[in-house]
Amino acid sequence: MSDVDVAIIGGGPAGLAAASALKSAGVERVVVLEREAEAGGIPRHCGHPPFGLREFNRIMTGPTYAERLVASAQTAGVEIRTLTTVVEARAQGKLRLATPTGVTELNAKRVILATGVRETPRSARLVSGARVSGVLNTGALQSMVYLKNRRPFQRPVIFGSELVAFSAILTCRHARIRPIAMIEANKHVTARWPCALFPRLAGVALHTGTRLVEILGDTKVEGVVVEDAKGQISRLECDGVILSGQFTPEAALARSGHLLVDPATGGPQVDQWGRLSDPTYFATGNVLRPVETAGWSWSEGGRTGQWVARDLAGLLPESEPSVRVSVNDHRLRFAMPQNIVLSQDVGGMRDIQLRVAQHVDGDLIAECDGKKIWGRKLRAGPEQRVLVQTHEIAAACAGRDVALRISEPAD
Amino acid sequence: MVTKSTKVVSKRSIIGHGLSILLQRSTENFASVLDQSLFDVVVIGAGVVGCAVARRFTLEGARVAVLEKGTDILDGASKANSAILHTGFDAPEGSLELACIRDGYAEYQAIRDSLGLVQDNAGAYVVAWTQDELRNLESIKAKAHLKGVTDVALVDAETLGAWEPNLSRNALGAVHVPGESLIDPWSAPYVYLRQAMENGAKVFTSCEVAEGTFDGEEWRVVTTKGTLRARHVINCAGLYGDVVNRALLGAAQFEIKPRKGQFVVFDKAASDLVSAIILPVPSETTKGIVVFRTVFGNLAVGPTAEEQDSRTDASTDDETLKALIADGIAKIPALKDMPITATYAGLRPASDQKEYRVSATSEQNWITVGGIRSTGLSGALGIARHVYGLYEKMGASHDKLPDPVVPKANMLSEAGPRDWKQDGAGEVVCHCELVTRREIETALHGPLPARSLAGLKRQTRATMGRCQGFYCSARLAELTDGCFVSAMAERLSHE
Repeated sequence: MSDVDVAIIGGGPAGLAAASALKSAGVERVVVLEREAEAGGIPRHCGHPPFGLREFNRIMTGPTYAERLVASAQTAGVEIRTLTTVVEARAQGKLRLATPTGVTELNAKRVILATGVRETPRSARLVSGARVSGVLNTGALQSMVYLKNRRPFQRPVIFGSELVAFSAILTCRHARIRPIAMIEANKHVTARWPCALFPRLAGVALHTGTRLVEILGDTKVEGVVVEDAKGQISRLECDGVILSGQFTPEAALARSGHLLVDPATGGPQVDQWGRLSDPTYFATGNVLRPVETAGWSWSEGGRTGQWVARDLAGLLPESEPSVRVSVNDHRLRFAMPQNIVLSQDVGGMRDIQLRVAQHVDGDLIAECDGKKIWGRKLRAGPEQRVLVQTHEIAAACAGRDVALRISEPAD
Repeated sequence: MVTKSTKVVSKRSIIGHGLSILLQRSTENFASVLDQSLFDVVVIGAGVVGCAVARRFTLEGARVAVLEKGTDILDGASKANSAILHTGFDAPEGSLELACIRDGYAEYQAIRDSLGLVQDNAGAYVVAWTQDELRNLESIKAKAHLKGVTDVALVDAETLGAWEPNLSRNALGAVHVPGESLIDPWSAPYVYLRQAMENGAKVFTSCEVAEGTFDGEEWRVVTTKGTLRARHVINCAGLYGDVVNRALLGAAQFEIKPRKGQFVVFDKAASDLVSAIILPVPSETTKGIVVFRTVFGNLAVGPTAEEQDSRTDASTDDETLKALIADGIAKIPALKDMPITATYAGLRPASDQKEYRVSATSEQNWITVGGIRSTGLSGALGIARHVYGLYEKMGASHDKLPDPVVPKANMLSEAGPRDWKQDGAGEVVCHCELVTRREIETALHGPLPARSLAGLKRQTRATMGRCQGFYCSARLAELTDGCFVSAMAERLSHE
């Protein structure tokens, strides 16, 4: 006996879009389980533009965008339960929930994980130095500034130069925090032009090819030690450290339960419909892989909603037979989906999504049993979206598992 | 206008020098008085040993005051350890350490249920990874039996593999020690001290001992917050044990040699990979690197043993952490795909000898409880009994409390009846560790109020999970407004 048709874990852009799409497809009982007091996800604490272009045809700030998403889901008839934490996801859609009134169970015909991503904290980066207060991820800083009107420091150093690092600068400016430097370990800024110009415009010194050696301080951050490309060690006086980017899917529910996790993405293993190892579970949005924009996640959520509606109607192919897609090269970080179901149905994700770990200029090739079955030119940098059409690989693999790697162009 | 601004400046300078002025005043003899009454004993230091000593003396009927220099208790050596209740199977034979561990273990069992303390009877395997180590197992077993830990037994590689299927196949055999257990290293000492408080003991935090005088009858202890009178002093100052002895007694009797231990904590999912504690065959100097579950549902690897001079530097370094991760993966290969949740380091108050440095200085009504090198959590309750015995030998005596108040410990064990599992739990603030707003408010406004994020962590586990505060720091900054000595964040004006 199921209590709901679909339970969606996480009320961010992807989860809300999936819920709305399910309602539009005529699914009756759709519930979004949101552990925070308000639904809306990460955009709630990104108090700056640009959000909403894809979804609402206008540019808005994160909080406004989040409100619009929540409102449209509610208009569509989605039930949103806030302050509701899923503590366990068991086989066949059985969920255990912690709610303000106590622990309850929820049985869903289908469950969609839409739990998003978060930045890697200091601990998992193995950063050396004193264990002091004032070391934050961008997300925590944004929440403090935009949701709670507080600032944890006044002169921080920002580490990383993904898009989110530029959001960190905007957040700082809003709270009259003056970052003293932005530091990137790689030779180039990760986010693409024109972002690279932005720190200079904002008066923040940019140091590329520089790594964090150690955090200094007694109980609070008092400085950082960095090393530049030439091996020069220097000390920067600051009262805070912003560790930005290095996103990782929030896949704890999958990892702690019966669902298979892909070590490469850090998210659940899925097929081209976002279906997990237990086929009553699906995933969508940034929990699939780090990291995409809110708009991308919203689009993904909408499509997942349609697929789950089709699955409920018995119209999705079985999970088998399938082939496995993996990366076999240190320059490739991940490929998602990890499984491609071989079926006449051409639906599901149009593309396999990849990321490179470093700048790549060569050929991306797919191999089965060590033999090349497919290839194309690839020129990409870290965090850049790389897409490979699913049907090309499915057609070329002839039922065998696929490994992707980079081949340098012959000299 | 000019005078106004000058006033502000001078005010600031007074605040800035508050500490030294306070100290000056106290030595000038018009010190603020911390408490008017004469205590039977003053315990210096609220680490796990100080907390256990305060409890024991209070239960025996003494009037106890506890002085802690940190804003929160357990802020020195006791803030980071392996959270294991040891049987003493590998403690030095005939040592005070062994006796205290054994008595401490027994008392923990006896009071566990009434105080609501957790104990996960994980057991331990001392695993041999080389032929040399394998040859050593028999003697480890024999020595354990000599010490009265008679349930220790040898296990061959096949049996070990059956019980611990995720352990590397390179394990050659092991000694099984069924009694080694996992406990909550903070909730236990907190409830020891709370039991002391609820039966009359006074606790003063942010209160550093500066000096003291003994007139043959009573001690007058001068602290940063005022003076206090007591008949006896018990020095449980941990990493500063020798410093306090030197300052008040004139001689240290021993030297603290801080020994740092770094740890890596893996994601909760990793805790399913082992059931028992995986110990190495110990060397002359250290117990070695342990793989252990925690009652909080994590899996940790550590500690290292790094001698250093600093009594405060509990920094971690990436090279050592990487080596710990590699050590963990070598023992449990499946750890390679597990994310890291946390890293930390602790300082053990080792001394220049491999033994506890507990001694009574009768002519000065003074007991030193020093050099509790690495087994303080296991030994604390036993140490407290031993120290009370020394105190009685000095001629002091009291009437045991006939019907002491028995408080309940914080319940932070993953498997236990955590607050979020209770009806009407309310808002969950820290999602990774499932810490409720109610738990946070209890810690902020309870009998031992959290005055720093570190203190709040130890009482609730907030921010100690995989996201390390990504999701809940802002909410915590709001909930802790006005509670911490140093605020998590400053409020912005609405202009």
